[in-house]
Amino acid sequence: MSKGELIVVGGGVVGAAIAFGAARAGASVTLLDQGDIAHRASRGNFGLVWVQSKGVGFPEYAKWCRDAIDLWQPLARELLESTGVDVDLRQPGGFWIGFNDAEMQARSLMLEKLKDTGAGVPYEMLDHSELKTRLPAIGPKVAGGSYCPLDGQANPLKLLHGLHAALKRWGAHVVSNVDVDHVKHKADGRFEVCSKEGTTWKADRVVLAAGLGNRILAEQVGLHAPVSPNRGQVLITERLKPFLPYPTNKARQTNEGSVQLGYSVEDVGLDDDTTVSATQWIAKRAMTTFPVLRSARLVRAWGALRVMTPDGTPVYEESRTCPGAFVATSHSGISLAATHAYVVGPWMAGLSPAPENIHAFSGSRFLNATGSSPHAH
Amino acid sequence: MHTEVDPIMPTLFTQDGLADSPTVTLRFEEREISAPAGTTLAAALLMNGVGHFRTTPVNAKPRAAYCMMGVCFECLVEVDGIPGRQSCLTPVQEGMHVRRQQGASALDLTSEGDHGR
Amino acid sequence: MDAETFDLAIVGAGPAGLAAAVEARAWGLSVVLLDEQPAAGGQIYRGVTQANTRRMSVLGQDYTAGQNLTHAFERCGALHINQAAVWNVGRDMQINYLREGADRVVRARHIILASGAMERPFPIPGWTLPGVMGAGAAQILYKNAGALPCEPVVMAGCGPLLYLLANQYLKAGVTIKAIVHTTRRSDYLKSARHFRGALGGWRELRKGMQMLAQLRHHGVAVYAGAQALAVEGQERAQALCFKHKGRAHRIESSLILLHQGVVPNTQFSWALRARHMWSESQLCWLPETTESGQIENTHIYLAGDSRGIVGAKASATQGRLCALDVAANLHGTDGRDYEARRQTLQNELRKQISVRLFLETLYRPPLAQRVPEDDSVIVCRCEEVTAGQIRQYTAVGCQGPNQTKAFGRCGMGPCQGRLCGLTVTEMIAKERGVTPAEVGYYRVRPPIKPVTIGELSAGD
Repeated sequence: MSKGELIVVGGGVVGAAIAFGAARAGASVTLLDQGDIAHRASRGNFGLVWVQSKGVGFPEYAKWCRDAIDLWQPLARELLESTGVDVDLRQPGGFWIGFNDAEMQARSLMLEKLKDTGAGVPYEMLDHSELKTRLPAIGPKVAGGSYCPLDGQANPLKLLHGLHAALKRWGAHVVSNVDVDHVKHKADGRFEVCSKEGTTWKADRVVLAAGLGNRILAEQVGLHAPVSPNRGQVLITERLKPFLPYPTNKARQTNEGSVQLGYSVEDVGLDDDTTVSATQWIAKRAMTTFPVLRSARLVRAWGALRVMTPDGTPVYEESRTCPGAFVATSHSGISLAATHAYVVGPWMAGLSPAPENIHAFSGSRFLNATGSSPHAH
Repeated sequence: MHTEVDPIMPTLFTQDGLADSPTVTLRFEEREISAPAGTTLAAALLMNGVGHFRTTPVNAKPRAAYCMMGVCFECLVEVDGIPGRQSCLTPVQEGMHVRRQQGASALDLTSEGDHGR
Repeated sequence: MDAETFDLAIVGAGPAGLAAAVEARAWGLSVVLLDEQPAAGGQIYRGVTQANTRRMSVLGQDYTAGQNLTHAFERCGALHINQAAVWNVGRDMQINYLREGADRVVRARHIILASGAMERPFPIPGWTLPGVMGAGAAQILYKNAGALPCEPVVMAGCGPLLYLLANQYLKAGVTIKAIVHTTRRSDYLKSARHFRGALGGWRELRKGMQMLAQLRHHGVAVYAGAQALAVEGQERAQALCFKHKGRAHRIESSLILLHQGVVPNTQFSWALRARHMWSESQLCWLPETTESGQIENTHIYLAGDSRGIVGAKASATQGRLCALDVAANLHGTDGRDYEARRQTLQNELRKQISVRLFLETLYRPPLAQRVPEDDSVIVCRCEEVTAGQIRQYTAVGCQGPNQTKAFGRCGMGPCQGRLCGLTVTEMIAKERGVTPAEVGYYRVRPPIKPVTIGELSAGD
């Protein structure tokens, strides 16, 4: 029985990174992907490669996010060299923008608390005039912000493309237009993955990285991944001449010059449509942040469904009842991409030991005493 | 760096007979041009020998009006300082100052703050 | 601020929209009509409210007929909001539009979308050069500004508009250097099959023949069944090259007018997530509607060319039918009056669209002009993505138009896929060996017309 046979369910940025990392470490990988019709949270990512403010009250996650940042440059370089895809990684540092004193105070307290966890995330709190020296375009109504020199941005679509190209180069086999219906754990310990059309694939190990689909699939192999959809709406402008050299939490200028403006956080089920009210809110927020955007023309608004766990942090777990079955979910698929590739992939393929403290990310943490999950929000 | 009207580009369109509406005078780059009231800016530019309206953001290629009805977004020019205006949807106005759009739109970074909003 | 909710809001002031407004007003409904242009008429009747006798005589009877419609509209009592760029139509029956620098809103119990048609893209080498434009675009230039080509002009492609414009130019005294059209003998033979069903067929065919005869009579060189069209030039158009009867030709011209038919403007219907079917006959996407023209489960109707190319007269009839349906829904009109009117209009519509299949077959644009073989041809004009690049995406696993955005920026520019969408769908279908229906289309999102951050922030 080959130890290195792995099926990854889900070809979004989480599944693709894991499949790439596994294949690169020597596993024989089959990636099953839903294709163009998938909800594709990967297509709806804001594109931040972010660490400031991650992991408050969850020190293992804070460290996880911090370590992920260091692995990003090697990933970007490797993808460029092996596939020619440039994921437009830029890590000049990033800003969170605050609009009133209450927000600023809360932010300051939170970042201070994070520093105490020892994850080593440097930051600065900046009042309005300090912020203005760094971001001259900032508007007069902005109270201030926080800056972290480790933050940055990348192109999520190119990352997805690059990962797919890379995993194929490493010999992973991709099957598109597959709608996985269920996973069976056989008596011999292997797994059978079955599509809605009745096709089956068999392997020693299986990784569930199917986004919202994980909720149902995880239970089939004794895992718990209570993910729910959460809509985010984003606005995109026409290409603009460069004016914003740093990403901020709600506005960033891409390599091509278009500005991405965000975002909403909505509990609306599987509805990924945009709304006029959110569009107007985001526009007003953008105007307050950078008044120069007044004349910037919007060409597109989109909505996408974040894959959210109840506390917003990842689940990575190997099933105890079905060893060899794993679940992986995170809505920070861009920020954590390099860790998913270089750490999670090889671990789930059985080619490297489990990461330190990985038990902290088990899905059972969402089960309360009675065994049910608190309402996800 | 705004270039002059193409010296080698022939004027492609001309007025059929006399216009029955008053003439509007406007500026394209540093040149004064005129067109009958009610005509679109794109038409005015074409009748006044403007060869290309803009250069593209990606490869700086010259482009001019193509569909004349607002679906192709090729006829973009800068009007009175505001970039990215579809000239085929903009009626000419007296005293307009029009310039070629060179690449991506530029934001006006000199505007100070946000008054009263 | 428009606090009132209208019985009916119409988007588009072409024949479908205008006729719908007049019909709805006749039934006593409150009507608002929004349109991007300063004056009513859409594209086919563009400028008709201002046209002088000279222009009327050049453009001909079918054009001047538009005056009846615009006059009727002016008198009917509908509220006309001109220079309104509609950027969102919601299933919640709210229409957002941009006017005079601010975002505004209109609400209605029913909506008729009549955004008409646009010229089919013509992706051949050099089609993006200054000096190349649509024949329809050139016709708009005349309708709006009385502008005529200065030098001998070359016209190429296929479809009735090409010959119509050529004849209008002849009347106006313009020298046409050449007509290079792609209609082949086999197209005539294939369309002959649909001739008997085409009640207007004789008239259309005769019109076409007469126009071609006129051209030849005036010594215009006409090349039929041309292939491998390409525009030559560095910074601007300099010549049109093509193959005809096995020989290569090159005709110099600074102005080259291309046309290969019109296609529905489907931005609104896609954005509303209506289902669309691929028509192999019209070679485009047609929004699915109920019999009365509604998008299923909505109070939103589609009328006119944006629902499928039917021409000006049929567009007007469809507009009237939709308005009638709205009136019936709102006022429960006396059964008899309503039914009689509906029957009359449906009979008219049947006659008016009977010739479509014949025309579609006769003037079918060749595959080589819809899916460029030359890798260097720009498919996405906004982002300058070439045919070769798109084929390469498919080779490395791109399954559909939405995925092209992960590989490049195809479809992400200001036109949001209007000028590349059909080409990309057909191109991917051809590469994958599947039907366009299986490949699908771009996910269209608002704003349907660009609106600035400032305008959005100021409105409400």
